[in-house]
Amino acid sequence: MSLSTPSSVPLARPASFTGNTVLHHPLSRPLAALLLLLLVDFFAIPGFFHLEIRDGHLYGSVIDIVNRAAPLMLAALGMTLVIATRGIDISVGAVVALSGTVAAMLIGGTMVMDNGVPTYVSNIPMGWALAAALGAALLCGAWNGVLVAGLGLQPIVATLILMVAGRGLAQLLTDGQIVTVYYQPYFFIGSGYLFGLPFSLFLVAAVFIITAVLMRKTALGLFIQAVGINPVAARLAGIKTATLIFFVYVFCAACAGLSGLMISSNIKSADANNAGLMLELDAILAVTLGGTSLAGGKFSLVGSMIGALIIQTLTYTIYSLGVPPEVNMVVKSVVVFLVCLSQSSEFKQLLHRRKA
Amino acid sequence: MKGLLHTPYFTSLVTVLLLVVMLGLGGAAYPGLLSTQVIFNLLIDNAFLLVIAVGMTFVIVSGGIDLSVGSVLALSTMIAAWLLNVAHWPPLLVIVTVLALGTVFGASMGALIHYFKLQPFIVTLAGMFLARGLCYLISINSITIDDPLFVAMSQTQLQFLGGFVSPGVVIAVVTLLLAIWLAHATPFGRAVYAIGGNEQSALMMGLPVGRTKVFIYAFSAFCAALGGVLFSFYMLSGYGLHAQGTELDAIAAVVIGGTLLSGGYGYVAGALSGVLVLGTIQTLIAFDGTLSSWWTKIVIGGLLFVFCVVQRLMAMGQKNTNRS
Repeated sequence: MSLSTPSSVPLARPASFTGNTVLHHPLSRPLAALLLLLLVDFFAIPGFFHLEIRDGHLYGSVIDIVNRAAPLMLAALGMTLVIATRGIDISVGAVVALSGTVAAMLIGGTMVMDNGVPTYVSNIPMGWALAAALGAALLCGAWNGVLVAGLGLQPIVATLILMVAGRGLAQLLTDGQIVTVYYQPYFFIGSGYLFGLPFSLFLVAAVFIITAVLMRKTALGLFIQAVGINPVAARLAGIKTATLIFFVYVFCAACAGLSGLMISSNIKSADANNAGLMLELDAILAVTLGGTSLAGGKFSLVGSMIGALIIQTLTYTIYSLGVPPEVNMVVKSVVVFLVCLSQSSEFKQLLHRRKA
Repeated sequence: MKGLLHTPYFTSLVTVLLLVVMLGLGGAAYPGLLSTQVIFNLLIDNAFLLVIAVGMTFVIVSGGIDLSVGSVLALSTMIAAWLLNVAHWPPLLVIVTVLALGTVFGASMGALIHYFKLQPFIVTLAGMFLARGLCYLISINSITIDDPLFVAMSQTQLQFLGGFVSPGVVIAVVTLLLAIWLAHATPFGRAVYAIGGNEQSALMMGLPVGRTKVFIYAFSAFCAALGGVLFSFYMLSGYGLHAQGTELDAIAAVVIGGTLLSGGYGYVAGALSGVLVLGTIQTLIAFDGTLSSWWTKIVIGGLLFVFCVVQRLMAMGQKNTNRS
């Protein structure tokens, strides 16, 4: 197996397509879970797979699910790399709140009567506002990175600091109020359409492709895996562990920042109190569902995308089936328990012993 | 001075010093702050947090983490309110049931963590979702508690040193004392510290690692349930949204109290100073009146940062002295 294809493809497995290989492919379980959910939807929700073109845009439940999953997919992408290095980033939600707030405050938007036609003008050019918002996110990532890679704090503790303080900072900026955006072009990020498909999907696809290329076509993916499997050995082997870990946290925060832009653009406002609340937990859940081990080393970007889709489909299904939304959390937690158990080798041994 | 810097209780000492300085400066700026009742109010308002932080200390000393405590607290208030109002159980039986349910919840999480080698972070995260979700299954609205015993517990004022404290404070302080005894004078406490230091060594020393780990999470959830009982005395209602984010406050209190998050190291009594520091920050911000509540979060984040960095630098310093 060549060294340039580390992620998602299991390293020591022959690439033959016998039934056994398909069953043991790391993506088989998350895909099966997603298909099972879609099957339930197919039978339980009439017209679930129905797609139609309205106003030149594609409409339908499936598009809706994918569109709504977009911010989570972005957050999960960044989280995948962090978890691959044995880390965890619980400040994602705070970064989402912060970047959305910065963008919304800088754009704001006032109505100007132009020849009797109301037009909206942004406070500062949108490009600058977006750059500032992403810059704030990058700063957050650099902060986390310095604490984890430079000072050697435990990732959960290091990111806990930003998780607590970051949302406070966002609330400080907005005075605890919801900042509404009136500038039309900004809405395109979260609810615009390109070639009949939601624009957010193109954003996710772009980030995904860039990440996947970086992981597969350069040695970066291999290095990240090496750090996750054994940080000390990786350092002794000549990998710049600290730089790599720093990069991973910056990348995760950048993804979260983009996700924050998407969310605030979609709801046309920034809510420092609630934006991205618990998003970090959903992102961790998506990554785990996708088959990435929390112990580091083995990761799958595609798996995380499928994981995010599973979560959103699950939510959609629960809502559409008329099940009270309160059940959502219980179902989610049961799914996490099952996924964790299925990853545990002790549990597998127990099952084997029963069978024998 | 250098000797003091390397004493085991250095960070705990810093916290107590910080508390004294904060109260001193606060007292100088706002004359009313240092009255006995304001100090007692710190305890009355944070009794539930103290109990949770005590349980969390054991988990963190053992090298784990428990993210479910806030939701277990909410679930306890919810079950208590439901049993009292809908099922009309006698109040004492309700309290015992709630405590037992909490303990079982924690023990099952501990069993998953130990026997299936799952990460405490993810198991207690799922536990957090589960407990919150169960709250909403009972009811999505808040349930008022009007049981005479609970009302009496919330209104009783125990005269003490010229001020008064609530029965909840007494329960919290008794829990704290019991936990100090448990941690520092029993074989269980020794096993907890040993596991946090190095689980492999603890296993080789023949300590009951499995039993102890299950018991640690059971104890933490028991404390969370007890915190829930105290919280329902305090709020006289059960609600699924109660105490959101309390797990983070508890972790922050434990860290500020001088317990190392890497495990194996810390004092249960530190939970008290940690909780008092958090409470004092809130009181100072309330007394100032011009600062908004989100300053609490920023200051707590800043304190967490300082304490983690100090702990880390000390650990590094110790390694260097050992090497030379």
